[in-house]
Amino acid sequence: MPKPMEEYKWHELNVGCVVDEVGSARDYKTGGWRSLKPVWEESKCIKCGLCWLYCPDAAIFQKENGYFTANLDYCKGCGICAHECWPRAIKMVEDEK
Amino acid sequence: MKRGIEVSLAAAEAAKLSRVEVVAAYPITPQTHIVEHLSELVADGEMDAVYVTVESEHSAMSACIGAAASGARTFTSTSAQGLELMHETLFIASALRLPIVMAVANRALSAPLSIWNDHSDVMAARDCGWIQLFCENGQEVVDSIIMAYRIAEDNRVLLPVMVNLDGFLLSHVVEPIDFPSQKEVDKFLPDYKPLFTLHPDRPVTMGAYATPELYTEAKFAQEQAILNSLPVIKEVFKDFTNRFKRKYNVVETYNLENSDTVFVAMGSINENIMTAIDELKKEKMSCGLVKIRLFRPFPFSEIASLLEKKKNIIVIDRAMPGGSMNGPVFNEISAVLRRYDVRGELYNYIVGLGGRDVLPDDFISIYDEVTKSKKDKQKLKANYKVIGVRV
Repeated sequence: MPKPMEEYKWHELNVGCVVDEVGSARDYKTGGWRSLKPVWEESKCIKCGLCWLYCPDAAIFQKENGYFTANLDYCKGCGICAHECWPRAIKMVEDEK
Repeated sequence: MKRGIEVSLAAAEAAKLSRVEVVAAYPITPQTHIVEHLSELVADGEMDAVYVTVESEHSAMSACIGAAASGARTFTSTSAQGLELMHETLFIASALRLPIVMAVANRALSAPLSIWNDHSDVMAARDCGWIQLFCENGQEVVDSIIMAYRIAEDNRVLLPVMVNLDGFLLSHVVEPIDFPSQKEVDKFLPDYKPLFTLHPDRPVTMGAYATPELYTEAKFAQEQAILNSLPVIKEVFKDFTNRFKRKYNVVETYNLENSDTVFVAMGSINENIMTAIDELKKEKMSCGLVKIRLFRPFPFSEIASLLEKKKNIIVIDRAMPGGSMNGPVFNEISAVLRRYDVRGELYNYIVGLGGRDVLPDDFISIYDEVTKSKKDKQKLKANYKVIGVRV
């Protein structure tokens, strides 16, 4: 969206609220929903990528060194990555802001 | 030239004349011959449309929403429980601003199980954001379906339209009906040119999530759309009247001038009220009728000006209030009169539930009760009266 949602007037919305901009979900940062955040312990991580695969928000990405981390703009803190990580390399910790 | 035809079949013929491209319908009870005949027309190759047989009315409306979103001219039809089963999707169709046209053969709701006519089904769906037309006879059904597409698809409107016809009393009777030619309809009804369509070449999102920061604006925009459809509906009615020489107005009247006492009603019952008015005339009594053809958006200022200076206003409802003080049509009229400061005595009669016959004599009795008996008047003013109930 070219401007923040709270600045749109009713007549500025498309008919039927159609979103005609491709990939605009990126502009909606859902990280604010989070109370817990995932933290990786790289010594335990085997770089299997299950966290990346299971993340429902595609918020996890692989760093240059091959280990994983979450983009906290989009991570909702659901904990699915920590649940699926069988070497237990991911812990959900209180996200203090 | 007029042709004798069952009104359900005529409604299907009107959809065909409107060059409908997709029909999605649940084919068994509480369905009518409308979609049955459409399936025949498609199967026989007389109509170039896709006919989707779905597993429920919820799916029927969902399929119509999908088809309309991809840019197709879409039609369906239902009744009673079927309309209630598609209830949640009705709101989606209107909020996505999809110009679907649906014929609803109005019938009673279960329980007790009934297949007969009243307005319980549509009154439960009255605030779903659809434009709603009510028909008095078979000719109006045919004309309304054709006009409904012109209204729905107008870029200034883009809303679904419900064409209401009384179940059995209209849907299953044979009437002489004048069908316009395909050429005339094509001239009146141009191709649907959607603003947005679901197409991989130009991806869009329809039905996205709205946060609290946007939902109010989205619903406000939708409400403006249905309110602003009124002048377009009038314009379409006028154009239809000019081309086809059959007069249509959002509100119509019968013997209204010089009548102190007037009925306000919707649907086929208007014909019986007009017969009653003619009988009263013979006895040198004058009674008028205000016929609401357009129920949503509610033509409030038009109704207010017609009811101004009337002494007795008798509102006919065809559904139980469900715990409200009065029937749903009465509540609308009552709000209009208050808002426009129209002072007349208001009476509410609930008639013809679940297929109970209402004859012209019943309306003459109502007229007598309202105009003559002083005692009952007090009792009547309190609330509503159900005609014919055995007490």
